[in-house]
Amino acid sequence: MWYLCVFYHRLLDYRKPEVESLAELFGVFNSRESESGRENGNPEKNCLQWRLPQYHHPDSPFHFVDLPSDDIARKIANRSILVKGVYELWGEGSTYEELEEAIKAYPDEQKLPYLTSESTFKITIDSFGKVMSSEEQNDRIRSFSYIPFKGRVNLRSPDHKFWVLETDDSGSNNGLPPVDQKRIFFGREVGTADRKLLPTYQLKSRTYLGPTAMDAEMAFLMANQALTAPGKLVYDPFVGTGSILVAAAHFGAMTMGADIDIRVVRDGRGPDCNVWSNFKQYGLPMPLGLLRADNNLPPWRPGLKEVFDAIICDPPYGVRAGGRKSGGRKLLKGVVGPYTVPDDKRTDHIPSTAGYCLAECVHDLLDLAAQMLVMGGRLVYFYPVLREDDTIDTNFPEHPCFKLVAACEQILSLRYSRVLLTMVKIGPYTEEIAESARIQHLEFKENHLKWLEEGNLRSAVLSPVDSHSGGEGYAKLEQGCDGSILID
Amino acid sequence: MRLLTHNMLSSNIKGVTNGFPLQIEAVKVVEKQVDFNPDFLKNMFSKVDWTALAAASKALGYADLPEAAGADMLDSDDFLRRFHHALLQLHLEEGALVCPETGRRFPVSKGIPNMLLHEDEV
Repeated sequence: MWYLCVFYHRLLDYRKPEVESLAELFGVFNSRESESGRENGNPEKNCLQWRLPQYHHPDSPFHFVDLPSDDIARKIANRSILVKGVYELWGEGSTYEELEEAIKAYPDEQKLPYLTSESTFKITIDSFGKVMSSEEQNDRIRSFSYIPFKGRVNLRSPDHKFWVLETDDSGSNNGLPPVDQKRIFFGREVGTADRKLLPTYQLKSRTYLGPTAMDAEMAFLMANQALTAPGKLVYDPFVGTGSILVAAAHFGAMTMGADIDIRVVRDGRGPDCNVWSNFKQYGLPMPLGLLRADNNLPPWRPGLKEVFDAIICDPPYGVRAGGRKSGGRKLLKGVVGPYTVPDDKRTDHIPSTAGYCLAECVHDLLDLAAQMLVMGGRLVYFYPVLREDDTIDTNFPEHPCFKLVAACEQILSLRYSRVLLTMVKIGPYTEEIAESARIQHLEFKENHLKWLEEGNLRSAVLSPVDSHSGGEGYAKLEQGCDGSILID
Repeated sequence: MRLLTHNMLSSNIKGVTNGFPLQIEAVKVVEKQVDFNPDFLKNMFSKVDWTALAAASKALGYADLPEAAGADMLDSDDFLRRFHHALLQLHLEEGALVCPETGRRFPVSKGIPNMLLHEDEV
């Protein structure tokens, strides 16, 4: 059945993938699979059907989506972050006259159950990109008297909510390319998103924050992309202050995290200001485990595999916070030979670390995920890209065990974006894959300096912009979502 | 550190072939309540190294786990409760994990195991 899906007008690239992930979470594709006799490799199996309203641009907040039932549509909307509402469409038109004809033509058996004398209702006018006075709104609402409402109006808590949704007339500035003609929709609300989550979890009220803490809205989106649900185990190898795991825990998952910086995971800023207190603050279950480990040399026991249902992370790719790995810079460079820490100094010894370039970091992450994720488990992570001529290079990392299901861009500056990649594990981690990963690991070690230089995204982001592109001396790095810019 | 974490870790020092299980030196052990989730336990059972879990549980002073366990025991609520307690509620707050091959101590402080290697172990 086709529903009208209206989005909040933000993070445009993330809207449909979120709905598709939640459709998967709520079993839309399982039922479809059994219907079509378990056809493997059917490319449309895990996609929803989408349609744009007449005259609308893909960036429009209005989309039609095919979902199996009201129940599923409600579940998706309630769990989502970017869906403003999902509606059963009773009619649409370019004018109110056309709309009236459409509503009258909509079958009675669909309408009458919601118009009974025992039920209460409310009609709301929502216009995208323009403001309407309350008299104007009341006039509009009264004009729907041709719908045979039998119940009483209840503005506080009606049984049924109806919405008149309209876009602005063409040519005005609502941030979208102009449309030829405006479109008016009339629909019954099936479900809406719970945006109250966002003020509750907003970073500015969180006790323990780091410079790269993930903004709450994005953390929830990441958790949704990862199909986080109760009873699942979610791991973040770059846990920091735990901002991603907080979102996963909110959706009921068990969590685990690791970080190379022991001050962050162990000490925080004191007994009531650390990773644990961030979970306590919201009454969420604590992470099952936090440890200090190096993603380049993970301490997992041999043979351990397929334990995590999802890995969600924001790898340190060197723009706002640089990655570190074990082994001193001089050691890896060969300036100093291998040395032994004297026995009497071992206890308090602080091992030196070296820079961890993007290519190596992503390689390790994919290898970890291939090994440690269950089949069908998801790896969700940010990947940085440079923007050139308003487009980005869409060659994202690949791995034989994984299929990319979504790539959502968030533009951070004129020259720099980050893309949220969602990958699904589709193949088992075999001996051959483990061996090729091991060889590549050695190669990274040997070419440490070369990789470090090549992977230096930071210099590209911060280097002067070409003179023809304007007066600014430096590429503008917009403020990060957590309000801070950190360049180390 | 819960024993779930302990069960997943090994000593990854260069050259060590038998880094699992890490022996536990317990200085301070605490119990922390975790919601009982039978599905999660059933799911984790096949991934846990039981011998290591039973030994680690004993090292933390909880000897109520059987030496060996099979999937048929998952139907028993009593068994699941014990498994739950050992895997998720026992916490090593202070102490160390010791590499069985080299004797290298990985300290555990404030419940966080420090698995980072020294320069000569990488």
